[in-house]
Amino acid sequence: MLLDAHTTLAAHDVTVERGGLPVLRGVSLSVRAGEAVALMGGNGSGKSTLVRTLLGLLPHRRGAITLFGSPLRDFRDWSRIGYVPQRSLAPLGGSKVKEVVAAGRLARRRPFRPLSPADRDAIENSVALVGLSDRLNADIAGLSGGQQQRVLVARALAGEPDLLVLDEPTSGVDLEHQRVLAEVLAGLLAAGTGVLVVLHEVGPLASLIDRAVVLSDGRVVYDGPLGDLGQHHRGVSGHHHDHAPQGDDDHDRRKDTLLGGAIEP
Amino acid sequence: MIEILSYPFMQRALIAALLTGLIAPAIGTYVVQRRLSLLGDGLGHVALAGVGLALLTGAAPIPIAVVTCVAGAVVVEILRQRGKATGDVGLAILFYGGLAAGVFLSGISGVGAGGLAQYLFGSLTTVTPSDLRLIAILAIVILVTALGLAPQLYAASTDEEFARTQGLRVRLYHIAVVSLAAVTVALAMRTVGLLLVSALMVIPVAAARNLVRGFTAGLWCAIGIGVATAVGGAAASFWVDAAPGAFIVLLAIGVFILSWPISYLLRRRYAAAVLPEPVDDDELVSPHTVTENHPHRHAPGCGHPAVQHGDHTDFIHEGHRHAAHADHYDEH
Repeated sequence: MLLDAHTTLAAHDVTVERGGLPVLRGVSLSVRAGEAVALMGGNGSGKSTLVRTLLGLLPHRRGAITLFGSPLRDFRDWSRIGYVPQRSLAPLGGSKVKEVVAAGRLARRRPFRPLSPADRDAIENSVALVGLSDRLNADIAGLSGGQQQRVLVARALAGEPDLLVLDEPTSGVDLEHQRVLAEVLAGLLAAGTGVLVVLHEVGPLASLIDRAVVLSDGRVVYDGPLGDLGQHHRGVSGHHHDHAPQGDDDHDRRKDTLLGGAIEP
Repeated sequence: MIEILSYPFMQRALIAALLTGLIAPAIGTYVVQRRLSLLGDGLGHVALAGVGLALLTGAAPIPIAVVTCVAGAVVVEILRQRGKATGDVGLAILFYGGLAAGVFLSGISGVGAGGLAQYLFGSLTTVTPSDLRLIAILAIVILVTALGLAPQLYAASTDEEFARTQGLRVRLYHIAVVSLAAVTVALAMRTVGLLLVSALMVIPVAAARNLVRGFTAGLWCAIGIGVATAVGGAAASFWVDAAPGAFIVLLAIGVFILSWPISYLLRRRYAAAVLPEPVDDDELVSPHTVTENHPHRHAPGCGHPAVQHGDHTDFIHEGHRHAAHADHYDEH
């Protein structure tokens, strides 16, 4: 594992078990500052599990995870991490957009202190960055799916992170919102933020991605440039899972789907 | 109204009711947010074991009930965090064990189960000056925590995983919330009573969500409703000579029922519903149909229901959806 000052996140030989069964096996992965890594793979390949393990939300059985050079267990500098979980807003319903986004400042705030002017600026700026300034006081439950996703991105950006981890930020979101997301990410990458993004399909983010890591059945089966992914993948057991009958799964049936339709029949 | 203030016991009762009305919805907001609305009810049962113990030993019931109740709450929360309280069986055993212990202990103390009744539904005349001091001190602790740690508790109770990636010690915050809920339940046994205090933790919160938008506004609105119904119910029970808990809870339910039509009216003025996302398929070009000669200008509150449609707002006009586009309206 190559570690230097530019490495934001590194995982070496990480194994995760859930209910006694291994879901991730010997996964190694790293993200450098200013680098965008796409984490791809089929349903059940372990993408979300890996992301949540890397952030310490799930325990790992074996292996080493370091965030900004510190072992995960000793890591305290959480303001450097911005996490955009998969969109599920049931618990956030009834909150204003600015309340949700304000939670992204908590790593920088001390208990019993009101929001500082710097906190307010960061909240407003990150909401402006995702183009929702006119919705600061709206109930998040009243927004469209794409707008809700952008609120979650704004929440992660409010902490001014050096590493942004996004779990399927483009699923169920229309192309217009995906383009907004791509613009935001391009700005962050240029400023040196590391980005790890779980994607089901590359879509408008393709031009930003420096490297793709493909998981299959809990193992890394590809780690390299996005451009070579198509050829490489034809020969490897990559994206295989039982497809449900048409319309029964959550896949977009668009032509520019991940892996160019080369694998999926 | 003035005459009831001339009785010292009534002054104490009204202050106790006021404090209960402040703290129950304040901590209840986080309890409801975590979908533990019935936790308070179970903790009321556990507090009864403390009352039984106090009757047996001849000690003051409130302090012992506070300790028993907090211990029960922490046990429940730790069992839940370790994933061992699945199926709610563990909770049920703890809660009914508390009730049974309370009845048993009061029985062997010679008071009998009937002596527990005043703690179940509240009893204004029994608030002693030392009770009131303890209630005031603990109420300040609860309010300072519930309001001062509001951002942290909000994050921990709405999106636990995100809160953890902000470095928050979510488990400690969870334990703090259930412990303070337990203290609230035990303190409320003189005013609302152990069986009904849970209602004061939940109903004002539910009513506030119908009335105002946002978490912070909901917290303050719930506290307002809690204070108004607790003090109003306690005062009313003086004239009718009934248990205050019943009055307080019926008043709160009345506010909740009223909040429905009000929320309907409020919501109709703003966006009514969210239409599905526009289909994001490049091959599907949505037809551009221009509304014929439409002199009316749509705006929020113009009388036409507004509907959120993707990134813009449509206005419903005689069965059509009008969307502003340049100098005209499109049919959507």
